[in-house]
Amino acid sequence: MTAKVVTIASGKGGVGKTTSVANIAVALASRGQKVTCIDGDIGLRNLDVILGLENRIVYDLVDVIEGRCRLRQAMIRDKRLPELYLIPAAQTRDKTSVSPSDMVRLCDELGQEVDWIIIDSPAGIERGFKNAIAAANRVVVMTNPEVSAVRDADRVIGLLDAEEKGPAALVINRLDPVMVKRGDMLSVEDVLDLLAVELIGIIPEDENVIVASNRGQPLALDGKSKAGLAFQNIARRLMGEQVPFMDLESQNLFQRLLGRK
Amino acid sequence: MDTTPSLIQIKGIRDGLLITLGGATWPELALAFVKNVDERSSFFKGARVALDVGVNELRVAELSALRDQLSERGITLWAVLSESPITETTAQNLGLATRLSKPHPIDVREAALELPEDAAKWVKGPLRSGGRVIFEGNVVVMGDVNPGAEIVAGGSVIVWGRLRGVVHAGAQGDEKAVVCALELAPTQLRIAGEIAVSPKKQGKSQPEVACLKDGQLVAEPWQEMTGR
Repeated sequence: MTAKVVTIASGKGGVGKTTSVANIAVALASRGQKVTCIDGDIGLRNLDVILGLENRIVYDLVDVIEGRCRLRQAMIRDKRLPELYLIPAAQTRDKTSVSPSDMVRLCDELGQEVDWIIIDSPAGIERGFKNAIAAANRVVVMTNPEVSAVRDADRVIGLLDAEEKGPAALVINRLDPVMVKRGDMLSVEDVLDLLAVELIGIIPEDENVIVASNRGQPLALDGKSKAGLAFQNIARRLMGEQVPFMDLESQNLFQRLLGRK
Repeated sequence: MDTTPSLIQIKGIRDGLLITLGGATWPELALAFVKNVDERSSFFKGARVALDVGVNELRVAELSALRDQLSERGITLWAVLSESPITETTAQNLGLATRLSKPHPIDVREAALELPEDAAKWVKGPLRSGGRVIFEGNVVVMGDVNPGAEIVAGGSVIVWGRLRGVVHAGAQGDEKAVVCALELAPTQLRIAGEIAVSPKKQGKSQPEVACLKDGQLVAEPWQEMTGR
């Protein structure tokens, strides 16, 4: 068995890569898939915090690569989902501690044991990004409906094509249908018009995401939130299902009737 | 048996080291080179390397693998010289230089003279942010040119798609050069020595042609051009 290796990248920082890695991994694991996520952001690790596994780190990615521990020892098992693991990044090292071929070797070994490897790429297009995409057989590019984020996503998609890692799949994060309607935010169509790649997810703006991240309780476990549902849908699309996109507008009307924001 | 010296030649140049590889198949050459680097790691550490691979046809996987192996050893691969157009394209795709230094202005003019007037470079789009096309003749792009992309042409530029990046036509002074696109909305447009930005447009876009008229950059709808 060889795992599907999915890397999440964006170019620009702060668009929600790490949160999405956590939630997509949780969503896949909640569907009975065996999933390992790898934090590729060496020196600035966050994925462990969002997954709520920070206090259980003993070994990290660099320890595995430099042979100080076995792969199994660095895989932290999630308490909620028995088939979800995290390989955390080293906090006290930097991007040059890992090379693209290290990542390929690691994923080859890990791929024998799991169905999915989800890699969190750091922002930027340098060494950390190259490491993160080296082993990927699918790359998901994240963007926000903002001109600067879309510009960086375009650059990353171009780089992926050049490295023959394309075509990339796109996820648009933090879409606010009310702002789009007012004409104050790029619409899904505007973004797709420029990037011209396959769209596999639209995540609505949802303040619960921040609450969930702070608590280390990924939202995808919560069946009621819109953003959580959007992550579940992305997981299903990655698994090859045809899932229609949520109608965000009508949900918004429903929310307004309930008197919420 | 040590055969490496015949396969690898190393020369110091202004921009770092020039390594010439030849006389064997690519896997052997790449292996021999990496072995050579490992044996003399203190010499190579931190080096900027240009590779002359001769006639070897290299694909992205081969070249990016070598680039990554070198970068793991603290060596920056910045240029790949080759007689094979396939290798040149690969190197350009990976953002590597394919010449040792910027062509001397006189060389460019000579090259322009050698090119037939109707020579054009065909570019399959979309040309994305960070993408760059430089050509002495005309340039034709099949697809969009996104913001952050750049085209520099000695002659005219035709974009069968939306033009939103930066375009310089007639870069060597040709004032007859034109730029046309299905949707002409460049970040910045230059023809010869003139420079302009797109006005904010309202309503439906239409194919347009930009050219120099009495030293002014003007854009006109395509229909009006048909009489020319």
